[in-house]
Amino acid sequence: MAQIELKDVGLSYFTLKQETEALRDINLSIKHGEFISIVGPSGCGKSTLLSLVSGMLKPTKGKVLIDGQEVSGTSPKVGYMLQHDHLFEWRDVLNNLLVGAEIRRMDRGKAKQKALELLERYGLGEFARHGPSQLSGGMRQRVALIRTLVAEPDILLLDEPFSALDYQTRLTLSEEVFHIIKDQGKTAVLVTHDLSEAISMADRVMVMSKRPSTISTVHTILFEEGDNLSPWKKREAGRYNHFFNAIWKELEEHVIPTV
Amino acid sequence: MSSPLYDDYLRIQKRRLRIVSLTRLSVLILFLALWELAAEWRWIDPMLTSKPSQLWTSFRELAFEGSLFKHTWISGLETLVGIVISMLLGTAIAVLFWWSTFASKVLEPYIVVLNALPKVALGPIFYIWLGDRYSIYGMAVAISVIVTIIMVESGFREISKTKLKLMGSFGATRFQMLRMVLLPASVPHFIATLKVNVGLTLVGVVMGEFLSSKAGLGYLIIYGGQVFQMNLVMVSIMMLALLSVILYGIVNLLARYARKKYNHES
Repeated sequence: MAQIELKDVGLSYFTLKQETEALRDINLSIKHGEFISIVGPSGCGKSTLLSLVSGMLKPTKGKVLIDGQEVSGTSPKVGYMLQHDHLFEWRDVLNNLLVGAEIRRMDRGKAKQKALELLERYGLGEFARHGPSQLSGGMRQRVALIRTLVAEPDILLLDEPFSALDYQTRLTLSEEVFHIIKDQGKTAVLVTHDLSEAISMADRVMVMSKRPSTISTVHTILFEEGDNLSPWKKREAGRYNHFFNAIWKELEEHVIPTV
Repeated sequence: MSSPLYDDYLRIQKRRLRIVSLTRLSVLILFLALWELAAEWRWIDPMLTSKPSQLWTSFRELAFEGSLFKHTWISGLETLVGIVISMLLGTAIAVLFWWSTFASKVLEPYIVVLNALPKVALGPIFYIWLGDRYSIYGMAVAISVIVTIIMVESGFREISKTKLKLMGSFGATRFQMLRMVLLPASVPHFIATLKVNVGLTLVGVVMGEFLSSKAGLGYLIIYGGQVFQMNLVMVSIMMLALLSVILYGIVNLLARYARKKYNHES
């Protein structure tokens, strides 16, 4: 059974001046442990889609289901990772990691143990008592990911988590985050502008059209070199360019012509 | 190891700092000397202007008599209580505005009008409602609370929406957002507000004492003016200056402590 399911989902924004139809007829089904990337022209409602899955927004039409149950409000099954780490500068790294657990009133001792374990595992063990300002951008984003993991979600929603980083950090971090997510056996939905990131991390890439957006195509990313390739290996794989060009071309058609 | 060039740089910077402090001090000494001599040589009338040596004598008289420090203490205490009340009240109202967009929309024009209104005009009302003692607190709070509301509220607005979105993604309640993000993130704004409030509340206290009181520096100043004792007026003003320096110092200490505790980069 699918873990995340969207059935004929539509969403409209209302302002005093106008009504904007952001999403229309979205049908989507994601299996447990799958990694999905979503790409599309800017402003097409990719992030809105994540907000729908997280339960922070309610669809105006259709249904969002997680494990067969309709989403109503935020669920502890879902973890969100944003473009900026938003670590609280008045808390040290360890206490930042406990934010989610604190909000959900989870067992503090257990959460602390898990946080320390994950820090150690992903190479940040010595920074538990440091302030966030003492960490580099890449380290901060890794802490943000661990913060999400401490709250023990089954599903991770990643909203352009690497776009605020420099190119080099971005490549290394996307590699690391990919391994962390696979290692933890989480389902992941990644929204990104970066095609190479989308292709190299995901099992399937979904392309969205311009507003009112819908999912126009789904590319299943399979390589002759084998399954379970790391993002780095995928970038070097034979069909990588084929996928890149196909998605690129498709996106070009969706961009509103400027001439 | 520092290079000789860097040593030179440090020496020059240190010398500059020293020159500034020395000049500062000389300005004060020069001013006092000029005042004293001008009064001595009758360029100015010491009946109207008093003079530093006389101020010193009356300061000692007033101090030994014991009442000067009592009056200073009273004004200081009133200021402290006023600051605490308007910080708590102002923050509470700012929180209400954040909590309820409806309340903030409804009350916004009233805040604007109250902010522009000269609070001194409310003096007689406070006197009639609160009596001669508590009307001083009324005046002190009236002058500083509106600014507190405005400053704290604008601090809340500066906190990024996505920080709250992050909290929302964990399913945080509004109260949790307040406790875990808004209040700790606003610490620098609280400190800035406190600094403004020290000055404003002191104005309120002195104004309140002018209008109605039996003690405090404002009372001494008014009394001194009425009996034409310039010495008393000026000594009280100096004590007022001293009081504001002390209060400002306390706020700075508090700021340093808060910055350490909350790790905000200054």
